[in-house]
Amino acid sequence: MEKVQGGAMGGVDELYREVILDHFKAPKNRGELDNANAKAEGLNPLCGDQMTMAVFIDGGAIKDIRFDGHGCAISQSAASMLTALVKGRKLSDVLGLTSTYKKMFGINDGVKAEFVFDDLGDLISLEGVKKYPARIKCALLSANTLLESIADFEKKGA
Amino acid sequence: MTPFNAIDVRKDFPILARSFNGKPLCYLDSTATTQKPKSVIDALTAYYSQSNANIHRGLYALAEESTNLYEGARARVARFINAARPEEIIFTRNTTESINLVAHAWGRKNLKEGDEILITAMEHHANFVPWYQLSKEKGVVLKVAPLTAAHTVDLDALKKLLSPRTKLVAVTAMSNVLGTIVPVEEIIAMAHSVGAKVLIDAAQSVPHFKTDVQAMGADWIAFSAHKMLGPTGIGILWGRYDILDAMDPFMGGGEMISIVSVEKTTWAQVPQKFEAGTPNIADAVAFVPALDYLDRLGLDAVREHEKELLAYAIARLSENPDLKLYGPLNVEKQGGVLSFNHKVVHAHDVGTIVSEEGVAIRVGHHCAQPLMKALKVSSTVRASFYIYNTKADVDALVSALARVNQVFGLASGGSR
Repeated sequence: MEKVQGGAMGGVDELYREVILDHFKAPKNRGELDNANAKAEGLNPLCGDQMTMAVFIDGGAIKDIRFDGHGCAISQSAASMLTALVKGRKLSDVLGLTSTYKKMFGINDGVKAEFVFDDLGDLISLEGVKKYPARIKCALLSANTLLESIADFEKKGA
Repeated sequence: MTPFNAIDVRKDFPILARSFNGKPLCYLDSTATTQKPKSVIDALTAYYSQSNANIHRGLYALAEESTNLYEGARARVARFINAARPEEIIFTRNTTESINLVAHAWGRKNLKEGDEILITAMEHHANFVPWYQLSKEKGVVLKVAPLTAAHTVDLDALKKLLSPRTKLVAVTAMSNVLGTIVPVEEIIAMAHSVGAKVLIDAAQSVPHFKTDVQAMGADWIAFSAHKMLGPTGIGILWGRYDILDAMDPFMGGGEMISIVSVEKTTWAQVPQKFEAGTPNIADAVAFVPALDYLDRLGLDAVREHEKELLAYAIARLSENPDLKLYGPLNVEKQGGVLSFNHKVVHAHDVGTIVSEEGVAIRVGHHCAQPLMKALKVSSTVRASFYIYNTKADVDALVSALARVNQVFGLASGGSR
């Protein structure tokens, strides 16, 4: 059988796995963070979706994190999964994890990472998005916004 | 008016025979671009196989033939919108370029600090950003007429925003998101009464309604061939001859000059003044059979067909308690465009899910972010109809939308 994008076998049911819908319906780390010292706003110009990342960084690690905004199930669940994954991690690990996450969609951001896809927690359930090229931006919105907030923090500290 | 049978029309559009994922293509995105009949596709091949030569320069027979075809296309467009003379038709790349042409060639010369430009809250970015840029460059004030609760232009508010400082009113004739038909004649009369010029973004109206520029009374209208069965890469700016004649050129180069020297270079006549360089000859020529096709069906019949589909779509989508519909929802005030959102599921997810059922609809902000803000949403799902759509397409959309709740594990009418 010819394999087509989002084909009948699996298709969108495969894309919208239960774990994704669970995060979408009951997102983790959603809301505001009063003691945030790193913040960035991400925008998906394709659809107008916005996302804010608010992070509290201390001792070179993410101590607390919240995301806010509106968007599709892919962008919202990715933000929920990502924030759950990086909470408590060293900044260097966060860069490696987001780089590994991007590799899942065939994107190499040049960061040397010692992680494998299995280290990505629930984010690995978003692998199916790579069959929908127009939606990869949705999956990456939170990761790119988080990286911006870290860059902003490091610039302030420098 | 003789109604046409869309089933027969479909046979003229080769692409409609395609299927995706085992499902026949259900194309509901004609507002973005329409599909092309075989006569247009054949005309492109015929031009390059038989008639290709650069225009206006060669004295050989082939160049004359090519020039005649290109100028014939100009005359054909003029006839389609009842322009007073063919020279009033300027070929551009698209509606966006047509509007930018006016912003540069008229706006820069004639607008000064403190002057006002009035637009509406439902303009496409093509009729927003060029004026925004001009306002930043020249200190011109950009004013925006709001919408009513029924998603029409608030004419009372628009009237109050008009003053002798208003130099230009730039409005769409039909919203590309809501389908709202704008009473442009009324707005043109109001604008002219304060001495303002009027540009109509007619990208969504010329393909769907009979257009008579002389009766309408605007100063410029802009539209695109690809939204009315024609090829991509051809836009039209129509302007009243005396206004075009008084405008500066748009771009400099070949074709647009009269005499060139370092001391003094003079411009060609309208329309060549605005068509620097070798134009898009083939696509202009292939636009002719598109206009022939629409005239053969009759624009009144096209409008009736779209009214029927819109009424059916409003009725069918209203049966789904999970959907919120936008726009006037009145076929007399709305063209063949219907925007909606699922109450729980984001437009992007809806678009991906229905795509698997072969349904092609547009999701996102539709290049109308100020309108999205007025509607308090970030995006919508939009279905749009044209001559080759049938009630079966609406039914396919309705069935595909039922999949949304399935995939998300939602009960019909339920919440998350």
